[in-house]
Amino acid sequence: MSGGTEIPVRVTKVTMVADRIKRFRFERLDGRPMPYFSGGAHVIVSMNDNGHVRRNAYSLMSPPYDCSAYEISVLHVEDSRGGSSFMHEKVREGDEMRVSHPVNLFHPDWRGRKHLLIAGGIGITPFIAMMEQFSREGAHFELHYAIRTRDRGAYCEDLVASYGPHRVKIYCDAENNRIPVARLVDGQPLGTHLYVCGPTGMIDGVLKAGLEAGWPQQNLHCERFLSTPPGKPFTVKLTRTGKTIHVGHHESMLEAIEAAGVDAPYLCRGGACGQCETRVTACEGKLLHNDIYLSDEEKAAGQKVMLCVSRFEGAALHLDL
Amino acid sequence: MAIAFKQETFRDDFSYRNSPENIRRFPFPFDRDEYMYSVNMEPHVKGQKGTVFESLIDVDEHYIAEMHDRALVLKEDPLRYQALPHMMTAQWDTLELLMEEQAAGYPEHFTLIRNGDQWRWINRPLGIDDTFTFGDRATLPYEPLEYITRQAQGDFCIVDQRDGNLWMDAGMVTTQADWSLDFDIGMNFMEWHGPVPLAHQMGVFERALKFLLNLQQGKPTRRFNWTMTINPRLDTSPENYPKWGPDRATVTPENVGDKVHLRVEVQTLWRLPRSNAILFVIRCYLMNMNELVTVPKWARRFPRVLRTLPPELIDYKGLTRYRETTMDWLSKYDDGAPTSPGTFPD
Amino acid sequence: MLVEGIKSRPVYRGLTIQPRARRHIFALEGEGAHALLDRKTELDETARSRSEILYLGRGSQGKGHDEALRKLGADMFFTAPTIATLLFRLKGTLATAHMGTRLYIAGTEGFIGQAMIVALDNGMDHASIITEHRGSLARRVQCVHCKGITEDVTHSPFACSHCSLPLLVRDHYSRRLGAFQGVNVDAEEPGSAPDPEELFL
Ligand SMILES: Cc1cc2nc3c(=O)[nH]c(=O)nc-3n(C[C@H](O)[C@H](O)[C@H](O)COP(=O)(O)OP(=O)(O)OC[C@H]3O[C@@H](n4cnc5c(N)ncnc54)[C@H](O)[C@@H]3O)c2cc1C
Ligand code: HEM
Ligand code: FES
Repeated sequence: MSGGTEIPVRVTKVTMVADRIKRFRFERLDGRPMPYFSGGAHVIVSMNDNGHVRRNAYSLMSPPYDCSAYEISVLHVEDSRGGSSFMHEKVREGDEMRVSHPVNLFHPDWRGRKHLLIAGGIGITPFIAMMEQFSREGAHFELHYAIRTRDRGAYCEDLVASYGPHRVKIYCDAENNRIPVARLVDGQPLGTHLYVCGPTGMIDGVLKAGLEAGWPQQNLHCERFLSTPPGKPFTVKLTRTGKTIHVGHHESMLEAIEAAGVDAPYLCRGGACGQCETRVTACEGKLLHNDIYLSDEEKAAGQKVMLCVSRFEGAALHLDL
Repeated sequence: MAIAFKQETFRDDFSYRNSPENIRRFPFPFDRDEYMYSVNMEPHVKGQKGTVFESLIDVDEHYIAEMHDRALVLKEDPLRYQALPHMMTAQWDTLELLMEEQAAGYPEHFTLIRNGDQWRWINRPLGIDDTFTFGDRATLPYEPLEYITRQAQGDFCIVDQRDGNLWMDAGMVTTQADWSLDFDIGMNFMEWHGPVPLAHQMGVFERALKFLLNLQQGKPTRRFNWTMTINPRLDTSPENYPKWGPDRATVTPENVGDKVHLRVEVQTLWRLPRSNAILFVIRCYLMNMNELVTVPKWARRFPRVLRTLPPELIDYKGLTRYRETTMDWLSKYDDGAPTSPGTFPD
Repeated sequence: MLVEGIKSRPVYRGLTIQPRARRHIFALEGEGAHALLDRKTELDETARSRSEILYLGRGSQGKGHDEALRKLGADMFFTAPTIATLLFRLKGTLATAHMGTRLYIAGTEGFIGQAMIVALDNGMDHASIITEHRGSLARRVQCVHCKGITEDVTHSPFACSHCSLPLLVRDHYSRRLGAFQGVNVDAEEPGSAPDPEELFL
């Protein structure tokens, strides 16, 4: 089976934690413990919307060593294609859902002498579990967390209360407070690792500031909450199964292929892990590579495509599936 | 059913032998009459009774003797166990995995009682009954990885995942086919596989690495590897090469059956939950040629594999001095009849 | 030229000055001095004011570069009498260094390996360290049997300087030890060691 074994769970609690952000607690239907996970890990949540299955990645934010349940926090994005709207509008306490085993594409470098965490908005989620783990293991860390407004910022008070204002710093746009990134990356002790998660612009800005301050790439880490950008509909032909599949505006190639009953491999569904890499057998037109997995050369060569986030414009696309 | 553990040695008088039942469950690695490197990985799921896959971590009749041999090796050379400081979480993950799997597979021999962080571990074959705090290294007599791998058959490496690669950052290695943990610790996947011939050029390692980087929790995978050893010696380390190297020159047509051993490694790979590292278990099985020929299919197939082995592999595996003699001896058991597909006895 | 295709041997890509580094530390041994002197023009005023040069004169071609190096006008300059004293100084420098500090190592492979170990111990990632091989091709070799290290090995097989076993120098390199692996060449048939060949000069 693709994407890992799914665990049937019940939604045992839904909490509104901030404007447009809800927390969901999942417990196993069979009453057994959840698998442990590592800070930074996410699960794929399968949402069954009247027979239409959507799958989104959500970072685990419950304590990694607490196997009684998993918790995620979901931002209701504007113009959602459906996933976060479904979570916010349809999911109720007592509902049954399925989540994958944890996958971690944003794990801390445990060699780090110090861990510098930079979060923007909903990008806080992976860090909540990471900090639990750091503090339990006695690792040295510091969080800088940017929010737009106080009522949109999730968990600010809790985090300051748990770890103290010397380790958790909050910056609020509405109060004209910005993370002083350039100053932060200057003067960190040798062996510090930096992790950033948040809006694309913020991630790019922080990584750039790090490189400009002479940091080596090996010490800079990020996680992007990529999702398929909506695009023009297109058609793709699967040469092995002989199926022709229509991909609509608001679905990814992977979703359309799954809906047609073809089992395609995946893990992150966010263009990061490489699992859904598929060989292109013919392409008349332009591949829109939206992933961060393939190298620029591979993208230019056009021999491979990542089903979960990439799209196509043109006359014909044939895939080896 | 309780296992009847044997008293035997892997050095000096080499009294190690397999019981007839243990021969039947030997993990013969060849599913056809020839061999070449490949990305031979398959899901590590439970197999039938009477195979080494009956439990996901296999314990057999050699358990006590192997643990005794490991203790002897460590007394001579403590560097066979090493762990870099950032691997502590992965050590605890490994301790949990091995205790859980051994207790699940062999409840009459091993028991794990968990009460929050207070754990009690009972290992009846070795007479151990310890209570400790999970996560607190001061409550165990050794580091967690050393503690549990002194009580588990096979060699163990823990590899850390960083920067799109795997790094061998901890291990217990006392039953190895001629490689040194002390030398390789800290290397990445391509580096520690550096000495292996042909496989790099074939793209085997590139594909295997890509696969492992995505290895998922709860879905372990396995592969076979094999070589040959003269005398049933577990510790064929480079460190002790001057001790076992001369054995290779002692093979004669008269002693092939006793001295020459097929050495099979069942390698399993597990994503560890708290550390996101991967545990690599190298479980070594030895069987001499007298034992091997008791299974007619294996007796036909093995000389054919040896005959068609690429020269680079003969040299790398160190078979040069005794391959011919072994093939000649085995040829009397090969009537040329076709062999059935698969690895199991007919 | 170094032998190509040894998968475990680091690739020494050459000293390229990282323009954005906040601090440049150059650890230079013997002919390694040339690696920096040849790139004099890349070192602008800012880079010089952020540089610290640690130099050890060694080997016939590698001595006497003190003056030329000093004239580069780095913020700090230190001449070490031995590898051990240079490494000790490097340790001190890195212990209080900040992110943005980049380390450059040039010299023989054995020296690069030893300086690299100091850097790893101080939390640096090996891939972030800039290296250039200069000078002799002699190898630093660890005897896998007694674990003793023999410096400046030019022949294979050679006698281990600790346990005297005749060792074959394998093409397998450990970054953590900063050394190649030496394995007893005649273990299977004691006394059958071939004549030494001069391979690494
Ligand atoms: C590893 C990982 C971890 C994640 N963790 C979390 C988490 O903890 N919490 C959380 O809330 N979310 C998380 N996400 C994001 C989550 O998976 C969904 O993408 C998100 O919930 C939106 O899903 P959707 O189906 O509602 O909207 P989608 O239709 O998928 O689109 C989201 C919105 O972004 C817009 N958009 C998409 N691409 C672009 C683009 N290129 N340019 C401009 N606009 C664009 C869309 O128009 C829409 O408004 C994570 C993602 C990944 C890959
Ligand atoms: C992360 C887990 C792994 C570890 C720690 C590991 C370690 C090793 C080591 C130490 C060697 C000996 C090299 C030497 O001669 O010095 C080796 C050999 C080898 N490995 Fe791996 N390995 C791993 C996974 C794999 C995988 C997944 C493959 C899949 C193809 C593989 C294929 C091989 C092969 C073909 C050899 C040569 C064996 C022989 O011919 O005897 N390894 N491995
Ligand atoms: S599923 Fe991970 S890259 Fe597509």
